This record gives sequence, C-alpha cells and structure tokens, in this order.
Amino acid sequence: MRVHVDPTKCQGYGQCHEVCPDVFGLDEWGYAEVSEAAAQAAEREPAILAAAAACPEGAIIVETSDATGVEEN
Amino acid sequence: MSVTLPPTSAPAPFENVGVAPSLEARLVGQLRGREDLEAYRAAGGYAEGAERGGALIAAVEAAHLRGRGGAAFPTSVKWRSVAERPGPRYLLANGGEREPLSFKDRYLLGQRPHLVLEGLLLAAEAIGAEAAYVFVTESALERSVVTAVAELGSTAVPVLVHRADSGYAGAEETAAIRAIGGGPALPVAKPPRPYEQGLFGSPTLVQNVETLANVPTIAHNGWEAFQAVGTDGSPGTFLLSASGECGAPGLYEVPLGIELSAAFDAVAGGFAGTPKAFLVGGFFGGLLPAADHSVTLDYDELATRDSGLGCGAVHVVGPDRCPIGVAAEVMGYLAGESTGQCGPCVKGTAGMAETLTALIRGSADDEEIARLERWSTALPGRGACGLLDGAALLARSVLRNFGEEVARHLSHGCATCGTNDRAGGAIAKEVRSR
Repeated sequence: MRVHVDPTKCQGYGQCHEVCPDVFGLDEWGYAEVSEAAAQAAEREPAILAAAAACPEGAIIVETSDATGVEEN
Repeated sequence: MSVTLPPTSAPAPFENVGVAPSLEARLVGQLRGREDLEAYRAAGGYAEGAERGGALIAAVEAAHLRGRGGAAFPTSVKWRSVAERPGPRYLLANGGEREPLSFKDRYLLGQRPHLVLEGLLLAAEAIGAEAAYVFVTESALERSVVTAVAELGSTAVPVLVHRADSGYAGAEETAAIRAIGGGPALPVAKPPRPYEQGLFGSPTLVQNVETLANVPTIAHNGWEAFQAVGTDGSPGTFLLSASGECGAPGLYEVPLGIELSAAFDAVAGGFAGTPKAFLVGGFFGGLLPAADHSVTLDYDELATRDSGLGCGAVHVVGPDRCPIGVAAEVMGYLAGESTGQCGPCVKGTAGMAETLTALIRGSADDEEIARLERWSTALPGRGACGLLDGAALLARSVLRNFGEEVARHLSHGCATCGTNDRAGGAIAKEVRSR
C-alpha cells in the first residue's frame, strides 16, 4: 500500500494523526507527513483508510494496487 | 488550423552562442537569427529516411537519451509508458522556461523551432499521439513556433501552441497540463503522473524541448552516432547556459561529461577571477564549492555530489561575492515564487530564506542553523512540484560545502555580505536582462 498526502489540499487539521498516528505524523506547522515504512504494515491498512476518510479536505491518496510505472524523481 | 500571431517583436538575439571546439553541432544552428523552414531543410532537416515509430523508440532507448528539462529521466521509458496505454494520447513539448539562469529553451524555440518541431513530430508519431502541444510562457516564442507550424502547413499530427503567463512553478509539467486544459498554470500533486492522466485526462508524454531537439539526430544518424560524444551514462551534448563571473556569458553546446572548468575555458572565456562557488542546474542543483571546479558535467557524477546538472545552467560565483549571500538571494527568490498551494513549501521556503538572510546579516544563531539542517532533509518531497526540493537541496549544499563560511558568518559576520548589492533577485534580473 502506498500512501500520499496531497500537499495542495492538506490544511493541517490533524485528523489523520488522530486516527493513525503511526503513519501520519505532523510537522512543526501541523501539516501531515507520511511514514512510508509504517504504511507498509498490512495491519495498519484499516487505520490508514479510516484516516483518509477522516480528512475533511480529502488530501490523503491511498494506492492499493500493485501499479508500478514511471517515477521521475 | 487558423492562427493569430501575437503582437510582439521577434525573439531577442543571443549575443554569445557557440559550440565546443571540434564538436559537431547538433543543437546550436549555423545561423545568427531565426532558422526558417527553408534554412532548416537546406541543412538536412525533415529529410527522408528517418527512423520512425517503434524503431525510433528502440533507437532512443539504445541511445540512452535522457531528459534535458531537469530530471534526466530516460526518454524511452516515458515514450513506452505512454505508447502502451489506450488512447487518446497526447504529447506536450514543454518550453516554459522559467528558470532565471537558463535560456536554452528560449534559444531553441526562438531560433531553431524546426529542430524542436521535427523531434516533436517524430515523437508524436512514435507514441501514436492525437495531437501535440507546445507550451510556452513568452509571446515572442509563441510567435516563433506558430510561424514554424504555419510554414509546415499540414502535419501528420496536429500541432498547437499554448502560451500561459506563469511564475517559476508554472512551467512544471502538471502546471502546463492544467493551463492547456483551461485551468491556472499551477502544479498538482502526483500521482497520477502525466503518463497516466495528463492532458484532458489522457496519457500524455511531456518532454522538454531540448530533449525533443535531440531526437532528429538519433532518427537520422542512429543511436551510435548520438553516443559518439558524452559519457556512457550521459551520452550526447547539452546546452550550457553559462552566466556569472566568466569571460563570455552565453549559450554553448558542449559534450556531456566535460569538466566544468574545461567547458568555461573552451567556450565561455574562462572564469573571471578565481571562483568561490558554482550554482549548478540553475536554482535546482545547489551550490558547489570552488574545489569542484573540475567536476564533470554529467547527470550521474553530479548526482553523487547531491547536485544535478538539471537544465544545464551553470552560474559562476566570482571572487568578490559571498556564496552564502548568493544562497540567501536564491532562497529568497524561491520563497517568493512558491505558489502558495502547499503549506510545507510556503512555510519551509520562507523559513529557510529567513535563516540565510539572518546569517548574512550576522543575526543567526546555532539553533537556527540546526533547524535549517533539519528542514534541508525533511522537506524534500513535501510539495506538489520540485520547488521545495530545490530549495532544500540548496540549503543542504550550503551546510555541507560551505560549513566554514557558515561558521564564520555566525561568529564574525561577513564584510562581503554587508556590502553585497546583489541581494533581492539580482541574479535573476541580470540574466533576464540579457
């Protein structure tokens, strides 16, 4: 599972951190940061999906497929 | 296609344009001034017998052509990623050159539009594109490309030119896609990437115009000829935008893998005095120390130094300037160009600019430097585009390569910075005034 935070949408509400603090940290300004390593643990999937649903801005992108492709950076 | 030419003058002439000695020019033309269709054809352009379609993709792969816009990503991988997806597919030639130290795309679109268009048409055909767009941010370049398209008459793939007024981040690939789709020229978060969902929600190949300008060489002469110069990992030539304290600032075609000092000696009149530092890759490759004057200008070597050739711009920081002051200036520029969309970018670039400004004013402390160090590694990847990544890399390069200077600024201040009249975007103004 790959998890991203859309930085253009995140407003720093912190709901994701409330629901799933292991995967969603908050930086010093309150914006969400993803721990990619923590997001790999299968048992966290329900909490990650709950965190995504809790975000009022819909800023959390969850990729559940095995899609791979061009990664430029 | 009917076109309306914008009311503007022709592209500004480039005073210093050249090619490294003994190098056969591929990107730099023989004419001073704009090369029209007749001149381009006379020089062999649009000739029959070019490699096409799947064979061209294979040739581009064998040539190991890498993107010239900044990321140096393997071109053929992008082509295949779009070509293998269901249509409609599109091609976007990105000529939105908003990097203040780079002027190669302006040269190509303004002076050699047909070289770009031939590469564009070959690429569009190879990926099965419905249409190809050329994205520009200056009316003079729009006029040049529109004129070139009109000279061609009908083309196998329709070519449309789109101009958008944009800031620094407005030429990022997703910003260009958004602008062509009718939205603002502002980046969006990835995924999806353009090869998945680009123009009009369809798979889109986005290529820098210099990348496309290399395609005719491969299509006509083969991948072996393309690799005759350059390095194994970075074959071919590139357009060096040379600026700062050197004998002849200008635009020069040089082989990839040439040493930095050798490149300036060969084409740009050498360094004017002993350099203190180099801005490499425009504002995106950080600040290299003077000791790196012999670094080879290729993608892989610079990556090992946490830098990057990027768009191919190299700015020499001369003996009368302070590298920390230059870094503060560049960081201030980047902070001003943040689009305001991403919180970490707004806060992070402003914070890093404040810290560097405090450093040159002699008011920074160890705690602020520690915070700058933390930001320099924590902020990459936190913005929708690469602006924040470039800013963080600049901060890393200052701390890593100029530690003694930072310490001296903390303890004694800096006489050079105190009298530095280059603050406030002077680098950008200097280059843009050219």
